[in-house]
Amino acid sequence: MKTPEPVQVIKTRRDALLGKLTSAVPYIGFLGIEFDRRGDELTAVLPYKPALVGNPALQALHGGATASFLEVTSVVELTWATLWADLEAGRVDPEGDVLPRIPKTIDFTVDYLRSGLPRDAYARARINRSGRRYASVHVEAWQDNRSRLFAQATGHFLMPAPTDSE
Amino acid sequence: MAPTDRTKIARQFIEAIPFSKALNMSLEEIGEGRAVISMPYNEALVGDPRSGVIHGGAVSALMDTCGGAAVMSHPDGPIATATIDLRIDYMRAAAPGQTIRTEAGCYHVTRSVAFVRATAWDEDTDRPVAAATGAFTFQRANGGGKP
Repeated sequence: MKTPEPVQVIKTRRDALLGKLTSAVPYIGFLGIEFDRRGDELTAVLPYKPALVGNPALQALHGGATASFLEVTSVVELTWATLWADLEAGRVDPEGDVLPRIPKTIDFTVDYLRSGLPRDAYARARINRSGRRYASVHVEAWQDNRSRLFAQATGHFLMPAPTDSE
Repeated sequence: MAPTDRTKIARQFIEAIPFSKALNMSLEEIGEGRAVISMPYNEALVGDPRSGVIHGGAVSALMDTCGGAAVMSHPDGPIATATIDLRIDYMRAAAPGQTIRTEAGCYHVTRSVAFVRATAWDEDTDRPVAAATGAFTFQRANGGGKP
């Protein structure tokens, strides 16, 4: 029987792949979004910075910054779900030089529940349905309290073709 | 308030928004519940490194800002507004390298809500890249409701 791989080796491999995905997308770096990983679960973190403000009087986050954060979280979750399955099945080399295939947004509906405060924000996306071609994702964002969402969204996405079609 | 004052105040307000400045948005037209805002192509806003296409989130931000500007310029409207909800349909990828331009208008206002539609184009103005509908808070400037 094969001995299990050391936990650190597995973590390093998974984090390397996630890092490769998020660093490949310029807009994620522009907004300063980071991802916390626990197993396959991702939490997106948007550290507060003054450039994200939409109402200088209230120092409230711009609705567009919030929408961007939610859409980035959804797209990364969808891409990561595919990459994770490929990684676990040994179909992807995290050291390889492969750009991820990003799903295309079909539509995205944002529900602004309260104004975004000048603090860090967090978001998690849930894939409600992922078929061969289309996916439906719900995403929730909060700041200080997990149960007090400040925004949520639902989006539909066109999934990339599973095999190389270039 | 005279319409020209309102347009001036709304313009100053929009041009002072930090996130809109970070995305290099510029207000091209504003007045009477309608606004046009453009956003030049910027590699920092790319969402798909394979194609160089701008991230949908940046287009959302443009349409949200333009919707808010349209509400603020409405003759009965407030000088500040907040988005209640915004739905965007992405009809095609915007061409890499091209400026994206959005036009938004209030198609109906009640005593507390403004309903807005917006469309975005790149340099090919025959084929929109995205369309949006949204609801924005609308507190009438005179403080009262309809008589």
